[in-house]
Amino acid sequence: MGETGAKPGHDTLFDVEEMELALGPQHPSTHGVLRINLKIDGERILDSYPIIGYLHRGTEKLFELHPFFQNVPHTDRIDYVAAATNNLAYVGAVEKLTGITVPPRASYIRTILCELQRISSHLLWLATHAIDVGAMTPFFYCFREREQVLDLFEEYCGARLTLNCMRPGGLPFDLPVGWTDRCSAFIDKFPAKVAEYEGLLTNNRIWKKRTVGIGVLSKEQVLQYGITGPMLRGSGVDFDLRKATPYEAYDEVDFDVPVFPNGDTYDRYLVRMEEMRQSARIVRQCLAKLPDGEVMAKRPRVLKANKGAEAYFGIEGPKGEIGFYIVGNGTPNPDRCRVRAPSFYNLQVVPELAKDHLLSDLVAIIGTTDIVLGEVDR
Amino acid sequence: MLEALREAVGPTLFTYAVSPLFKILALIFLGVLPLIMYLVLAERKILGFMQVRLGPNRVGPWGILQPVADIAKLLVKEDVIPNKAVRWAFVLAPCLVVAPAFVILAVIPFGPSAEQSGGALDFFITDVNVGLLFVVAMATVGVYGIIIGGWASNSKFSLLGGLRSAAQMISYEIPQGFSLVIPLLMAGTMSLQGVVGAQFEQGRWFVFQFFPFGLIAFFIYFVAGVAESNRNPFDLPEAESELVAGFHTEYTGMRFALFFLGEYANMIVISALAVTLFLGGWLAPFPNVGWASFLDLQWIPFMTPGLAGLIWFSAKLFAFLFVYIWFRGTFPRYRFDQLMDLGWKWLIPLVLFTVFGVGIWKTLL
Repeated sequence: MGETGAKPGHDTLFDVEEMELALGPQHPSTHGVLRINLKIDGERILDSYPIIGYLHRGTEKLFELHPFFQNVPHTDRIDYVAAATNNLAYVGAVEKLTGITVPPRASYIRTILCELQRISSHLLWLATHAIDVGAMTPFFYCFREREQVLDLFEEYCGARLTLNCMRPGGLPFDLPVGWTDRCSAFIDKFPAKVAEYEGLLTNNRIWKKRTVGIGVLSKEQVLQYGITGPMLRGSGVDFDLRKATPYEAYDEVDFDVPVFPNGDTYDRYLVRMEEMRQSARIVRQCLAKLPDGEVMAKRPRVLKANKGAEAYFGIEGPKGEIGFYIVGNGTPNPDRCRVRAPSFYNLQVVPELAKDHLLSDLVAIIGTTDIVLGEVDR
Repeated sequence: MLEALREAVGPTLFTYAVSPLFKILALIFLGVLPLIMYLVLAERKILGFMQVRLGPNRVGPWGILQPVADIAKLLVKEDVIPNKAVRWAFVLAPCLVVAPAFVILAVIPFGPSAEQSGGALDFFITDVNVGLLFVVAMATVGVYGIIIGGWASNSKFSLLGGLRSAAQMISYEIPQGFSLVIPLLMAGTMSLQGVVGAQFEQGRWFVFQFFPFGLIAFFIYFVAGVAESNRNPFDLPEAESELVAGFHTEYTGMRFALFFLGEYANMIVISALAVTLFLGGWLAPFPNVGWASFLDLQWIPFMTPGLAGLIWFSAKLFAFLFVYIWFRGTFPRYRFDQLMDLGWKWLIPLVLFTVFGVGIWKTLL
């Protein structure tokens, strides 16, 4: 994240005093407890320096203290608005480590849960991003639909946010009676709702003024910074782990990966809007193809990984590549568990993006990176 | 009792000071304050319906006692003045925001005068022959309150909010001032009562006069007015997602409530002026269309022309206030440099062109 030294970047007529401003950790738009120390000249940002760690809970160490099965709830709390994808990345890594094959029905249900989670995560992102830029109403519309997704989760596993809905080897429960009908009823209505949000924002002149050309990331930059997810695809790189290394049921469904070339906040917005539609499409196909059978593989009561065995499993989370790297040591606990959290990588680029923009743009830029501090700090 | 008072202070002082004072106090406490209280409630309710939620509904039936509860809460809140704040300026700022907005209401005719309606009451407090100048002068003072409040709080967020307000004032006072010139040119008088009278005589609201110049001037006035009253999409000085609460970050309790009151009073003033100058004030629409004559409301029992004027004025005013609330439910927020772009590059040239156009029209035709 570089030096914080003052950089006289532009000419001014008058002697200007630089002001330091600590944005956060308690600030309405830092999406949790991010703190950004700014050097500003008037409202122009000369330099910014994100300070993280306010939500550090030592999750990676906690993984070492519990057996593989008991670690799933920890993953809920990493990216707490997208628990299902975290669950899947973790149980996928454990399955890869211990060589368990998941029954097809479980694969399909996992895919459905992950895509619903992507929808709910993107809805939360849109809600907060829009309210950061000053549009108040989309917030409530998004929460209306997000609530329905959370109701579906609640019906399935009892939890709405920290789902804990997957286990190494499959799923804890089969779908409740009637769940698929209620899910498809929601999915049928959902694309019209996305059109409603887009009606408020996509062609709105003020929205465009606030997002087009703001925080432009070039193709080279995204690759250098290791940025993944919608931010990558908003900069014209066509890469999606669901297509590149298909897992669960993704190779059996049809979907498009939206890619937009300009790399600004507006394009990243368009990517996420289209992803919501594609997620609905995936869920619909999965529901139609849903096979019968078990939801849990035959597996030992206590999972043990061989000493020195290691596995990395990364999936396309709502915010980018979420991956778990696990090393076994012959006991039921992992020896080491490292989380590749997309928000952490995506946050790195904020100082670069914010430079020479105005304070108002910083808020839009933080919004467009779609960070969750639970995931950054872990 | 009034007679005794007149005897005591002498007729000159009574006419020019005591009587207007009583009238304005009555207007504020019986008219404007309840209006603002329920405007806040109406805003929350309307936004609620726009945003698929209910709005306040706990205090009293449909939440109608919510404003009372809010005020009671704000009154008993601790009044915090930060240690490093500049005390006198910190205390002065909220008053500077509220007072001018209320004072402007003194010159706005919200109904016909006694001689126009043939009734007993003047539906305005005073009719100043330079009313329009008075309004512009007073409206400018309100912005100082915001700048001073932002500076005196000694907080960085407040300071940025105050500075944004200064930028906004520079960009929007000019088009607003010029757009007021146009009804002035049309009416040939600066008295607001006179402007309404001119619209009556010319048989046309000024928004449709010298088409399309009246319409353009009205549009510019309203855009600049929204910016002037710090409302969406120009609510930059208090942009909550950027500056926490902008210029009133450090204000608590009743001082905060005064800023709040000032914002809503400003909304009412801007809307009332727009109604008076461009939409015929208290005049009923289509006075000279035969079949529309029921619009003068005289068929309602106990209706006097004065009361009908008041009703029409209020109806137009509320329509404007609804548009304000509608804006808030719909638009994202401008960035402050974009706001200045809009002011300098679009509104000012447009308004100059309009003033020029109306001038030519009046001289040549």
